[in-house]
Amino acid sequence: MTDARHAVRKTGRHQAKANRQLLYKRVESMKVVKIDKKKWDQGLAALKGVYRIFSPVKMKDAFEFKALEENENPDLGGLNTRLSAKGLIYPQTEAMFTYTLDESREDHHIMSPVETDYSPRAVIGLRPCDADAFLLVQRNFDTPQYKDPYWIDAYEATTIVGLACENPCSTCFCTSAGSGPFNETGLDVLMVETKDGYILKSVTPKGESLIAASGWNDEISPEEAQKQIEPLKTAAEQKISSVVETDQLKNKDAMTIYNAPFWDDVAFACINCGTCTFVCPTCWCFDIQDETHKTEGVRMRNWDSCMFPLFTLHGSGHNPRGEKVQRVRQRFMHKLKYYVDKYNDGIQCVGCGRCVRACPVNIDIRKVCSLMNQPENATCAAQS
Amino acid sequence: MLGYIDKIREIGERLFTDGKVDVVIGFAKGSMPMMNEPMMARSSGDLQKMVWDGNCGINLANYLTNRKEKIGIVAKGCDSRNIVTHIIENKIKRDQLYIIGVPCKGMIDRRAISKAVPGEVTEVIETRDSIRVKGRDFDETFDRGDVLQKNCAVCLHRNPVIYDELVADPVVEQTGIDRYEDVRKIDSLSTEEKWRFFDDLLSPCVRCYACRNACPLCYCPTCFVDESKPQWVGKGIDDIDIKTFHFLRAYHCAGRCTDCGSCERSCPVGINMRVLTKKLEMDCKDLFDWEAGLTLDKRPPLDTYRPDDPNNFIK
Ligand code: SF4
Ligand code: SF4
Ligand code: SF4
Ligand code: SF4
Repeated sequence: MTDARHAVRKTGRHQAKANRQLLYKRVESMKVVKIDKKKWDQGLAALKGVYRIFSPVKMKDAFEFKALEENENPDLGGLNTRLSAKGLIYPQTEAMFTYTLDESREDHHIMSPVETDYSPRAVIGLRPCDADAFLLVQRNFDTPQYKDPYWIDAYEATTIVGLACENPCSTCFCTSAGSGPFNETGLDVLMVETKDGYILKSVTPKGESLIAASGWNDEISPEEAQKQIEPLKTAAEQKISSVVETDQLKNKDAMTIYNAPFWDDVAFACINCGTCTFVCPTCWCFDIQDETHKTEGVRMRNWDSCMFPLFTLHGSGHNPRGEKVQRVRQRFMHKLKYYVDKYNDGIQCVGCGRCVRACPVNIDIRKVCSLMNQPENATCAAQS
Repeated sequence: MLGYIDKIREIGERLFTDGKVDVVIGFAKGSMPMMNEPMMARSSGDLQKMVWDGNCGINLANYLTNRKEKIGIVAKGCDSRNIVTHIIENKIKRDQLYIIGVPCKGMIDRRAISKAVPGEVTEVIETRDSIRVKGRDFDETFDRGDVLQKNCAVCLHRNPVIYDELVADPVVEQTGIDRYEDVRKIDSLSTEEKWRFFDDLLSPCVRCYACRNACPLCYCPTCFVDESKPQWVGKGIDDIDIKTFHFLRAYHCAGRCTDCGSCERSCPVGINMRVLTKKLEMDCKDLFDWEAGLTLDKRPPLDTYRPDDPNNFIK
């Protein structure tokens, strides 16, 4: 079990809030430091005293995010993690309340909040696409009207150190999706691997505090840093071979795309497993469940997926999205049209390519996006 | 096997022209190396998109469930055995189908290849006996036999057992294969060791149910894990709930599973849940001398009852 999916822990919430105040202290200028491999270990040890650190670690045959143990180091050399960093803030299963049905107890049938550990955490080594995805998901969990305390508390407790992506996969299309391999949006610190170590550039005050806590103090000027980073950035961007057109999505009439002739072909192979939504850093839907064992119970929320028939099944037995093709269309319409229309800020996708790599039957959002972008060109050519 | 596609297209075209089928189910070329996409051709023009190579590992019988049209379907050995099971279980009618049989030489294990090379695979060139794999900084060639899906390496029925037409002469079936070495190894563990083995096996499971959904046997309108009245299993990632799902699903497939490997192939986290279904397959072989999907004339042992059953416990 990876820790990302088990962030439910019981310790002092109030202490955590106080700690966080410290991290939010405004800092004047944004620092850039250089570190060599030796100082890396020292700084990491220092950070472990202040933060719980989550990083990619090679587990069995893939990289996954995990809370680092005392003597454990991040594995930063591999391809992107199989599951996204979503679960670090928004675990697959999260306990919200506990309750008892034991009527001899005074508090029976009363929900009591679960104490979760929101002490400072740092995520070290996630890719810029995953960091950008947090901002996208924030639109759902942190609105002027609705505040999801679980997501917000976890997000605020987290400092994000993003590793610039120098070896993108052939399935990555972040530059088409409003992000990029060196994108700083959503990061607190940008970390760039150089020949002899790393350059760490703080982007926010939270990042500044992390660098201060690490003891890494070999400062270099922002100009010098830029000079070193720029060519690496250009090289990485040139390695992105996947380009997806999204420019027409906004203009096209929603119903034209909805009624386009390609959906049956797009959906044919789909087995509605929901894998695409589970691996996706930007899919945010959940289901709430009460689980009772004898008299004691937990109210929890679990990731859900628009690809599951159960997702829309009504109590009456009616299912407004009872057919596979309706569910497949919903996933793509939400990400690539409804979201685009509602927020006017691009697609609900950061181009990490995970759904493309993980789909067991090779349904490829890049292909579907092209079809939706030009629905009038589409015959039944989904598989061409 | 690479030459099959011309014949598949030729047969498909004839079926459309003669009005024998409404659709043909096969595979389209995937958008990534070592991936093909199941597709349904609605006219002979669509057949041009079809391919056949070592990446057609998904079981197409899964796409037949409860369909009403007349269907041409491309079927490897394992697909054909699941078609037999589907017919026996009334999920499709024999006379709705025109089975285009494909003698199979095994499908490529994309995970084994990805693990064996030092980076992302960007190009694969398949020949009769070898698989050449290229990436940014490597170019390696494997013997086909060394990189087959695990279920294909121990397959005893590569030729379709039911078909209307074969696309080529039958291939030689493998002999001298021990299908159950892995199962016996687990059988020999102590109870605690077994528990640890299952803990480790299933720990990465995210409960997406791709394994179940890729399985042609798992066609229940509401699976027991999705049932809410009563709710048999919790929905979170509690490890007992996860194990309950896997163990029960395996039992539901007992005597029906053909070890097509679609479940393992589909799992996004690469879990080999086939060891569970294979254990029950082995038991069916030992107890009933039964292999699933070989004949239309007999029902699977777990859905029959005979008053003269030789086992006492059932009387
Ligand atoms: S991963 Fe693929 S098969 Fe599974 S629900 Fe998503 S699109 Fe469908
Ligand atoms: S839709 Fe696919 S490519 Fe886009 S963010 Fe989600 S997993 Fe990544
Ligand atoms: S696991 Fe059992 S209940 Fe679920 S779909 Fe498969 S056969 Fe049906
Ligand atoms: S496909 Fe894999 S991850 Fe999904 S439920 Fe099956 S074993 Fe678990």
